[in-house]
Amino acid sequence: MYASGEGVRLFACAQNFSPQVEQTDPDTVIVDIDGLGHLFGTVHEIAQAMARRAGPPVNIAVASNPDAAFHAARGYSGISIVPEGDEAKFLASLPVTLLTPPEEIAETLARWGTRTFRDLAALPDLGVAARLGEEGVKLQQLARGEGDRPLKPVEAPVQFEEELELEYPLELLEPLMFVMNRLLGDVCTRLEQRALAAIGLRLRLRLENAGDHERSIRLPVPMRSARLFLKLLELDLEKHPPSAPIIKVHLAAEPAKPRTTQNGLFIPLAPEPEKLELTLARIAAVVGEENVGSPELVDTHRPGTFRMCAPFQPRLSKSFSNERAVTLAFRTFRPPLSAKVQSDFISAPGIRGRIAKQAGPWRTSGDWWTTGAWVRDEWDIELADGALYRIYWDAQTGRWFIEGSYD
Amino acid sequence: MGTVILQTIDFKLHDRPAPELLPSGIARLDSVFGGIPRGCVTDIFGPASSGRTTILHSLMAQNEEFCALVDASDAFDPVSAAAAGVALHRLLWIRCGRNAEHALQATDLLLQAGGFGLVVMDLGDIRPETARRISLASWYRMRRAVENTPTALVVIERAPLARACASLAIECARTGIQWSGAPGCSQLLRGAAFSAERRKPLRPASAEFEACALR
Repeated sequence: MYASGEGVRLFACAQNFSPQVEQTDPDTVIVDIDGLGHLFGTVHEIAQAMARRAGPPVNIAVASNPDAAFHAARGYSGISIVPEGDEAKFLASLPVTLLTPPEEIAETLARWGTRTFRDLAALPDLGVAARLGEEGVKLQQLARGEGDRPLKPVEAPVQFEEELELEYPLELLEPLMFVMNRLLGDVCTRLEQRALAAIGLRLRLRLENAGDHERSIRLPVPMRSARLFLKLLELDLEKHPPSAPIIKVHLAAEPAKPRTTQNGLFIPLAPEPEKLELTLARIAAVVGEENVGSPELVDTHRPGTFRMCAPFQPRLSKSFSNERAVTLAFRTFRPPLSAKVQSDFISAPGIRGRIAKQAGPWRTSGDWWTTGAWVRDEWDIELADGALYRIYWDAQTGRWFIEGSYD
Repeated sequence: MGTVILQTIDFKLHDRPAPELLPSGIARLDSVFGGIPRGCVTDIFGPASSGRTTILHSLMAQNEEFCALVDASDAFDPVSAAAAGVALHRLLWIRCGRNAEHALQATDLLLQAGGFGLVVMDLGDIRPETARRISLASWYRMRRAVENTPTALVVIERAPLARACASLAIECARTGIQWSGAPGCSQLLRGAAFSAERRKPLRPASAEFEACALR
């Protein structure tokens, strides 16, 4: 299809007929019409449908190869059907300048008096090769309509998104899962076709009261299992349900290259990331998201301070040592048990006894420059029954607490 | 005449192969018990301050695989564990807020998922009457889940709970507390000595070990 200065319009028009569209130059597009016969009929009818859709002025040529169609569309106005096998005859009258030869070859051809495709096609092959080189041979093949290059279709940017407007509002999670199962299946198939996986999922639910309920799931490694995604979204929606019935579902996956790992013989046992992600989501649904993760120490002297790193991402390290002294472990009471200390007797919920031995006090304090200042005196105590505890006196509240036990 | 072919079927009961053992990191314990068996349930029980958690920290520090700790009573102290050599980034900590039911569910899910070298269910501060409500069926289910896997399931508790489902049961007790200095302000907690006695299998064996205090 050729129309001067209308390349963008032609491209948009051609995409309505076939996904295989090549933007050959700013004014010309080449479309693969193989298979369109079932929809439009003969090649002439296909060309007419395209001409109607594109609107005048447009030249359309149908040929067995892209180059012949290109030259015919640029050389003849209206609709041209180039008969298969007679391309050279059909293109014979076109001026040789249509081939846009390099300046040097164009001068040579002009000196020889070669003005049309017919003239160039009639020249002896060996002579053209000897005098004009490879470029000349190529031009001669084009003049004979013998091009055999494949079409180079423009690849439209692929979007891994699906949306569905529902016929009636959904209130329950279960029917929504059926809808999402279908959408996820489509998205995962598209990812698989392009050898990609998803590193994140975005779900947008249009609610009946015109608001949107958005959820995002970030995955630790690229994955491509529709079943896994469905379960993760289900667990997430159970925790964060939409506030009104749903009328539209939009699902998007963030593409990424799939995970490639090479396991070694001496790499220790580790959970599979896909399985672990689902397990953690299920556990988080039971105990709460903030209670699942890996502990991390915080750079402070305040006792019992740590940070939960979520999500848990197993990573190997070589900080492993065989030789280590056995240290006395500590168990923390969260929150600390409020206690009553009278002379050598302590009582707290579940703990009661005479203090047989004690070590302390050790005064610690910190954060006095902030509103969260703390001051405490600590003791290690052994009760008459042999149990070992760490207790402290909070100077700010003036109360005793049992922080935990040595075990 | 047809010939009758008699097939001799070997009905001999084959012994289960001995499970692979995870070293506990406490030399005296390993020399007596060998270690903690993989693919089995291990009970470590005893009263407060009996060295259960010390064994647990040492076990987690020794194990270079990924560990999961299902902490029913939210008693895990990361500072103390890090000092014992536990690689915290290899540890999945699940805090159950004193809910034994949640701890059971989380342990079950972890065992089904697989991939952990050590899964610990810490019921050490759960009241015995609450812990005893865990049905035997739950313990059998967990034993079945861990069987034929490279995971060792360790249960920390006050009294033995897994009973018939445990392949190894260790009872802990304190034997002495070491203090230094004169009584009063100059006294210091130096450490503690513990004993560990094998209650299952019923082959009497015991080991004593010491742990030094951090202060």
